[in-house]
Amino acid sequence: MKLAGKAWKFGADIDTDAIIPARYLNTSDPVELAKHCMEDADPEFALRVSPGDVIVAGRNFGCGSSREHAPMAIKAAGVSCVIAASFARIFYRNSFNMGLPILESQKAAIDIATGDRLELDLSTGTIVNTSRHTTYQAQPVPQFMQELLASGGLIPHVMKRLRD
Amino acid sequence: MGMTITEKILADHAGLDKVEPGQLIQVNVDFALANDITAPIAIERFHEAGAEKIFDPHRLALVPDHFVPNKDIESAVQCKLLRDFAIEHNLPHFFEVGRMGIEHALLPEQGLVLPGDVVVGADSHTCTYGGLGAFATGVGSTDLAAVMITGQTWFRVPASIKFVFQGNLRPWVTGKDLILYTIGQIGVDGARYRTMEFTGPVIAQLTMDQRLTIANMAIEAGAKNGIIVPDECTRAYVDERAQRAYRFYNSDADALYEEVMTFDVGEIEPQVALPPSPANSRPVSSLNEIPIQQVIIGSCTNGRLEDLRLAAQLLAGHRVAPGVRCLIIPATQAIYRRAVDEGLFSVFLEAEAAISTPTCGPCLGGHMGILAPGERAVATTNRNFVGRMGHPESEVYLASPAVAAASAILGRIAGPEDL
Repeated sequence: MKLAGKAWKFGADIDTDAIIPARYLNTSDPVELAKHCMEDADPEFALRVSPGDVIVAGRNFGCGSSREHAPMAIKAAGVSCVIAASFARIFYRNSFNMGLPILESQKAAIDIATGDRLELDLSTGTIVNTSRHTTYQAQPVPQFMQELLASGGLIPHVMKRLRD
Repeated sequence: MGMTITEKILADHAGLDKVEPGQLIQVNVDFALANDITAPIAIERFHEAGAEKIFDPHRLALVPDHFVPNKDIESAVQCKLLRDFAIEHNLPHFFEVGRMGIEHALLPEQGLVLPGDVVVGADSHTCTYGGLGAFATGVGSTDLAAVMITGQTWFRVPASIKFVFQGNLRPWVTGKDLILYTIGQIGVDGARYRTMEFTGPVIAQLTMDQRLTIANMAIEAGAKNGIIVPDECTRAYVDERAQRAYRFYNSDADALYEEVMTFDVGEIEPQVALPPSPANSRPVSSLNEIPIQQVIIGSCTNGRLEDLRLAAQLLAGHRVAPGVRCLIIPATQAIYRRAVDEGLFSVFLEAEAAISTPTCGPCLGGHMGILAPGERAVATTNRNFVGRMGHPESEVYLASPAVAAASAILGRIAGPEDL
């Protein structure tokens, strides 16, 4: 699976309240949630993000609450992938379950700056920064996980398998 | 090589003699739960998957607690979804307003989660039940939907970090201070993906209320679970509530730990965690005049009876400082009732504090005590992230009920010894 977009850089320990504040959790409509994505970290983000863009962050991305609304809001905002130095465990699991691709790379997390153009290949785990002519290597996403992502998450994936 | 309590519980629930950190296992779940924020998505996934039955209706609790009593129309719709689903599936453990409580205070109190259990909840503070000697962890709504259908889930067996607390507790130091101090030492990802096992003579002396407070905040260090080996204190608590058989597990003397950290609690003062991280903990005495506008005493962390008694002990004969709003939120109906019977409400009312029906409300900036820009609160809750209790320019300082009550009286962040 290949993805491309420009980078939006955030710091370490970005918590789920920063990704989608609890004051908006009286709905689970992805379109509504996307309007407030990353609002308390960058109020401009939801207005300016373009389809395919990539969130790049430091360690422990997605710490805090178990709310699935967090990867849901990011995905519905059009973000194609999150790259971080590391992920909090519930967010990690929720992302795959939601069909949101994520990659772990410390070097990419340090090096990439907001606005850099990125090309990602999930099957090889390569992250190409075309703005800086640099390549970073993340752990590849295994084939079955790529299929899960392509189906749109765990439930659609399981249903597709039941049908096939 | 022996096993830790966490490894033993997971091995038994996977039908294996032994498990090791890093191993992927499928486990049987004893109890599952979700609330009014997470259950609507889990129910949607349940229907999407074409499921018709809950694996065991007696092993699922739905607790509307976050935005109840319904704070707006959208919240009312979310709660109605849970209610309709509970009726449709004949769920015995749906807790309506008037009979409910904050999920992580309610389920141990009702004897629904027990020592030796594997508990999976669509709420990150599910780790609270580790205080009973259970393996309990938070998951997302989709994972919970799969548990609702199959009664099973998969885990990677976590490595354990052992925390040994020894020495003599100083006056006014509680379980909350010990966990804030610990998170301050290791950071918000210091136990990421791992187990925090709390041990030592100090833990053995703590009441169940305080043990639940400690396990509750393991997630704030990124842990998969927090756990305390059960003992006679646990047995006394559980025996009068358990609705089914339970089992005590312990850690072998030769169990393998990734790390062992020992703390002399004699060095630990009442703590305050400064915004925006639970790891920013400091001794309360190190903070200079920080004026506050609100105090919250409650939540799944510190809304239990002992917490209310501690707050009342300090508030007795005092008044909340001018310019400060002090909200007290008993965590369950039973705690509320006991607090009334013990006369704690009279103390709170004479101190000019406000008392609320059980709700998570202000802890996550939902309702019942939202902060304006520039306002500052001392709260006995568990998170002080940006915007957690209201406007992104408001601030939350985390502390014990003793520090919160003292701060309410003095109108600034203060410890009980400042009174």
